[in-house]
Parts: sequence; C-alpha cells; structure tokens
Amino acid sequence: MSGIKDRVAVIGMGCSKFGERWDSSSSDLLVEASYEAFEDAGIEGKDVQAAWLGTVASFRTGQPLAAALKLDYIPITRVENACATATDAFRNACYAVAAGIYDIVLAVGVEKLKDSGFSGLAVPEPAGADVNPPVPPPSQFALAATRYFHQYDIPYEEGKMTLAQIASKNHHNGTMSPKAHFQREVSAEQVANAPMVAWPLGLFDCCGVSDGAAAAIITTPEIAKTFRDDYILVKGIGLAVGAFGVLRNDWDFTHFPESVRASQAAYQEAGISDPRQEIDLAMVHDCFTITELIIYEDLGFSPRGRASEDVAAGTFSLEGELPVNTDGGLKCFGHPIGASGIRMIYEVYKQLQGKAGERQLKDPTLGLTHNLGGRPGSFTCSVALFGTRD
Amino acid sequence: MAGISAFGAYVPKYRLGAETDGWDSAGQRSVANFDEDSVSMAVAAGIDCLKGHDREEIDGLLFATTTPPYAEKQCASIISTALDLRRDIFTADITDVLRAGTTALKSALDSVAAGSAKHVLVLASDNRQGAPKGETERNSGDGAVAFIISDEGIIAEQAGSYTITENMMDTWRSAGDRFVRSWEDRFAVEEGLERIMGEAVSGFMEKEGVSVKDVSKLALYSTDARRHGQLARHLGFQPEQVQDPLFGRMGNTGAAFPLMLLAGALEEGSPDQLLLTVSYGDGSDVLGFRTTSNISEGQAGLGVSGYLDSGQVLDSYETYAKWRDVWLTDSSSKRPQAQSPSVTALWREGDQNIKFHGAVCNQCGYVQYPPQRVCVECQARDDSTPIRLSDKLGTVFTYSLDYLAGTVDTPLAVVVVDFEPGGRVLCMLTDRETSEVQIGLQVEMSFRKLRVVNGIHNYYWKAVPLRRAD
Repeated sequence: MSGIKDRVAVIGMGCSKFGERWDSSSSDLLVEASYEAFEDAGIEGKDVQAAWLGTVASFRTGQPLAAALKLDYIPITRVENACATATDAFRNACYAVAAGIYDIVLAVGVEKLKDSGFSGLAVPEPAGADVNPPVPPPSQFALAATRYFHQYDIPYEEGKMTLAQIASKNHHNGTMSPKAHFQREVSAEQVANAPMVAWPLGLFDCCGVSDGAAAAIITTPEIAKTFRDDYILVKGIGLAVGAFGVLRNDWDFTHFPESVRASQAAYQEAGISDPRQEIDLAMVHDCFTITELIIYEDLGFSPRGRASEDVAAGTFSLEGELPVNTDGGLKCFGHPIGASGIRMIYEVYKQLQGKAGERQLKDPTLGLTHNLGGRPGSFTCSVALFGTRD
Repeated sequence: MAGISAFGAYVPKYRLGAETDGWDSAGQRSVANFDEDSVSMAVAAGIDCLKGHDREEIDGLLFATTTPPYAEKQCASIISTALDLRRDIFTADITDVLRAGTTALKSALDSVAAGSAKHVLVLASDNRQGAPKGETERNSGDGAVAFIISDEGIIAEQAGSYTITENMMDTWRSAGDRFVRSWEDRFAVEEGLERIMGEAVSGFMEKEGVSVKDVSKLALYSTDARRHGQLARHLGFQPEQVQDPLFGRMGNTGAAFPLMLLAGALEEGSPDQLLLTVSYGDGSDVLGFRTTSNISEGQAGLGVSGYLDSGQVLDSYETYAKWRDVWLTDSSSKRPQAQSPSVTALWREGDQNIKFHGAVCNQCGYVQYPPQRVCVECQARDDSTPIRLSDKLGTVFTYSLDYLAGTVDTPLAVVVVDFEPGGRVLCMLTDRETSEVQIGLQVEMSFRKLRVVNGIHNYYWKAVPLRRAD
C-alpha cells in the first residue's frame, strides 16, 4: 500500500457564498463554486476529464453537474456519504488521479437545504417501518453531551459554558469570513442563555442549515507545477464507517470511534505521530458544540475528558496553539451537507497559500479537515490532511 | 369447570382532577396519554396479567372494546403479537357495544368449559371520547383489564350467567362520529339502564337460584356515580355489597368498566365469595363467579388499585385537549409531513418491532437489539436466539430533551436504555415528568402508538419510568 501522500495536488478551488440562497438553485451554486475553481486553477470546463459530484439530497445522479457546467460527455459520479459526502467525492477524485487514469479532475459538493420550508434539517428517509424515534440531529448529539457531563462529573453550568466558548470562538472567526452564513460576534453568555433546542444543547450550540457549494481541481504534483507555485498536496485521507455503537452496551457515547479510526488512518498515511504539535490548523465537523469538544479528544488534540481545559486555555482560537475552524466552521460558515467537506478543504487551501485575509494564520504548513456523518453510534467519518508543497 | 386463573389491569398514568386548570369537576378521571389507545392499553393490561405465567400456554385471545383503532383489520392480532403469544391461537375482536367486555369473558368461559381451549386471555380496553366539557367526558375514564380464563389453577370459578338482548338507542356513535351521542337522560335511565339491568340481575338470581344476600360483591356498570348508587339500591343491594365503582378516581371505562370493577373485587376478595359482574349495552350480561381458596394467587402485577395509586394529575385541561386532538395547534417547527410506513417493512420486522425481540448470540452470548444477522461482538453469522425485551427492566444510560422535535409531548424525551440481561435501545420515554428524566432512571417498556399515517396505526415500544404504587 503506497497511500495517497504527495501523489495528488490541488491547483484550484472555489466556494460559493453560504447561507440562505433564496435566489439560487443547486445548479446556480454549482456554477458559482466550479467557475471560481476553474479561474483559480487557470483551466476551463473542457479541461476537466472526470468529475465527482457530492450531494446528499439535492440531486440523485451526476448528470446535473454536466448540465450546469456543460461538461463534455465526461464520466461523472454522484457521491453520497452523509456529512462526509464532499470529502468522499474529493477522495474518490484523488484516487482516480493517483491511479493515473486522469490528469485533471473536478470534485464538487453542493446542497440546497433552504427550499424545504422547514428550519431544521429535512432530508427524506427511505420508506421503512418508520418506528425509530423521530430523533433530529440536535437530540442525537445531546445524548453525547448529557453523557459527557455525567461521565466527567462536569456540573451543568460549567459544561454549558465550555460548549458556549466553542460556539463563541467560531462566531468570532466567522466575522472574518466574507462567505460565511453568519458573520457576527456572539458571546459565550449569549450562547449559554439561548433557547433550548435539545437539552442540554441550545440554539447557538447548533450549526447553521445553509445552501452552498464548494469545488476543487485535482491533478498530479508534476502537472500542478505547470499551473502554479502554491498548489497544495494531499498528505493523507482516512475514511471510517461504523454502525455498531448503539448495539453495544459498552459504548460510552463520549467518544466517537469513527473519528479515532479515520484520523489514525490519515495520520499514518501522512506520517504524523504527534497531531497536536504537527498540525497547524484543523477544520472539524462542529455540527454541534459538543461534537467539536469530543473531536478534540478523538483526533488526539486533547487528552480524554480534558478538552475543556484546552478550551478554557484558548488552545483552539485563532491565536492559540492549534486553531480550529478558522473560517467559522459549520457553526458560522454554514452546513450545506454535501458541500461542507470541500468548504473545509477550501479554507485549509487558502490558509496554506496565505490568502485567508483577516483570519490568516502565520505560515501554516499542515492542515486537517474532518467530517462526521450520521449519528453517534453509526458515523461515517472522513479525515484529510493537506500540506504546502516542498 | 372454567374460571378465572389470573387477572391484571392497566390505568393510564394521567388524571384530570380538581388541580387541573380548566377542568370543572372535583373528582378525578383517568386519561390515556397522547400515544395510548385501546390496543396499547390492552397490551399493558395483558403484560400486567401475564406476569409469572407462561405465555406459550395461552390458546386464545379475545379483545373487547368500543374504540378499536381500525374499522377493518383485527386488533387482537396486534395485541397477540405484542404480547408474544403463540401463533396457533384463536383471536377475535368483540366490539361495537359497551357490553363487549362481558361478552368476551362469557365466550372465553364457554370455550374453556367446552374444552376447546385450556387458557384464554380476555382483554377489555376503552378510551371513549365525549365532546369537550360534556357529561360523557366528565364521567368517562380510560383503562384496560385482563383475565386468563382456564380450566385449572382457578381463583374464581364461573357461577352462572344470564343475558338479555334488547335493541336500545340510548348511546351510540356512527361511523365517523368522534364523540359519544346519547338520547334524553331520563329516558335512557328509566327505560334503559334501570329497567334492563334490573331485569338481567333478577333473571340471573332466578336462573341460578341465588338471592341478593348471597352476593358478596356486585361489580356494576353505570354511567356516573349518582346513577350507580341509585341502581344498586334499586336492585336491593346494601352499600357494603357494592364494589367501589371508582367514579371520582377513574371513571367509566366503557367496555372494560364492569370487568375492571370485577378485578377490583378479586384484588380485595377472600375465598368462597359470590361476585357478580353486570354490564350494560343493547341489553345486559350478568356473570357470576365464586372465589376459591386460591384467590390470593391471581394477581402478580399492579392491578387496578396499583395503577390507580400511581397516577399524576394534569396541570391543564389544554394538555388533555391537545392529546385528544380537540385543541388544534400550529406546529412551530413546520416539520415535513410524515410519509406512510412501508407495510412490507412492518410485516418483515414484526418480531423486532411488535414482539420487541432482541437476540442473544449463541456463540458469545452478547444481547443485541434489534437482532443482527452478524453478531456485533463475535461476527458469528445467523446464529442467535430471540430474547423478549418488552418485559425486561432497563436503566437510562443517557438522554436528551428535544424542544423542536414536533411532538405533542414537548419536550420529546429520547433515552438510551440498557436492559438488565444486556441489549440497548434508543427510544422515546413517555409518561414522564421532565424533571424526573435522568441518567440511571429505572424504566420498563410500554407498547405505544407512534402515529397514524395513511390510516396505518404504527405501534412501537417506548420506555416509561417504572410505575409503582405510591
């Protein structure tokens, strides 16, 4: 197994404005993100030899991408893998290039969630017996929060404040992200006192439900050199799928094995032994504040049960030791499900190129993206690592 | 000889009472939660009755109600499956009349006496709805009762029966009617209740050669407390001979009512007592039972009194009105419409969803719900034994309280339950006070109606805090 490290490069990326895009269809969003990527890479649609379209519910096949971009009868595959959809589309695109099948490919993710007329997440389930409890995502993750507080003997007020600090940090970062859905400061006190959605999670513990699209142009490092000097390299990609958590009485609800396993796979591929020291920034799946807290521990950034100490110390803020969700994260940048993974890569790409504007970190060289799809106990998790060229 | 070998009951947790804002009656009545109906309550009574009994021994199930969720489709088969009874049993719904409970009981006694069955489970359950704030709503209650009729191990043997059938239009509901209708009160009492039940009771006495003084307890149907007292006096019974009709505590539980009063008499009974149960509706059934020396061995569950003693009075009539769908509310969350469940999937998953079977791996012993083809612990394939989890106690491992899930019962309590023999389920917690939801809470499982879509009443199991008599 040779792995993906340094075998593919990203030479162009695009990301639509995220938010309530009442004015734009899914196809409009695909055009917006893809053309930014084309222009960034200096290519045209006709240069794309194959494409992967990630979407959870906006399209059923790859065909709408061809229709939107007028691609030239190329192979297009639609990818759906819950919240890891975009990263998985990107992953498949990388493997096709690494296998030597194509030179230049497009990976694009899109989601149009705001046409449902419903404020929460409205993704239809396939027909079934329909006896499982109607447990919307906030409740699913509230189960983890309740147990986390219990297991580590964290008083409710204290736990709420730790979570609030995570949301407040991401809101602060969002104020410096012109494409983010939400771009205003929210204090930890505001977060902690927001209306309850699913105890113990309040409104500001939940990420945005947004429309958006993001795109990446992938090629080989050799070809990348002919396009630009500041391309970025893929250092590792892990994907772990679990479905066993709730079947087991011994699973604690306070760690997500899928995150642990996907990150370990990616770290191994990239040759990382001390993630907290070696990684310069991380875009993680903060669908809820508790998720980001648990991710700190699952990815090896914080010791088990002690992530709140790092939150209190500001470790993950823009100025901290390991900035997390520098663009505002799902919390503020928004979460069009099928686009989020590539949106995260977009931020890492811009940061590694030194083009992240007001929120630019000082000379980062290694960035991580992390997506968690599904629900506690049965996640699909993707972790990807990106580095500057040697 | 046929008789009762076991009995049990179920009274929903909630009550309307003096403390209920907007409820203008001093007495209490029981009310089914929003997710309960005659089928779910019958299952609960069945579980109460079957405690300590081998479910494999049941040869038949009769379900009596005037409020079946389906007009066409048997309810007894749902209940039988939920109770995890054998497949080769006879089942029937006996319905459309308040007398249905005693009719079912008599039919079961007859089949056992005739030798066509050894043990028949009789369930009577009702949640009749009166128009808001009317007489019927005030005097009714919701509840269910269960008896095992057997030819052995009898605690009260059959001691005669008498029936009158008379076409009588004093209360009725036509197809599509939500609320019970009734004719003028004075007519209904004089020419209905009093005359017909009087004739039935005296007919029974004459036929069986007994007199009023021979009767230890009379379990007598009536519409309300005042009429009940009048009727008992009119029939010549002394107050101490009359089983407490539970008006002001439970209310008239329709087809289940005289049978619940009989269960109450059995709970308090001693050997060699003659008990009469008298129903009413297009005539009247009188059934006599003589308690045996085994009388104290018939009840293993909470029974009528145990469930009545573990109630909770609702704060507001509005809550009840929302449960009964007579108070229409706008859903603030604008949740998308539920789609029809797949009947094929419901059928295929009957064992896990309705019987609530988990599986124990034959190789490693790991208990898992729902049953898995491949064991989650040792990956053994297709090598497990079903385990019924519906009657197992559990403990809450973690929970959430969802304020936007779009349920009538906000917040929706979602719990992860660990069962005593192993196995874990993520399910809803119902019949709960928000303040009592916590890690470590002891729960039992209760068969409930999730929703009705496409005319399909979709039932599944929810956790409830363990009911205990206060």
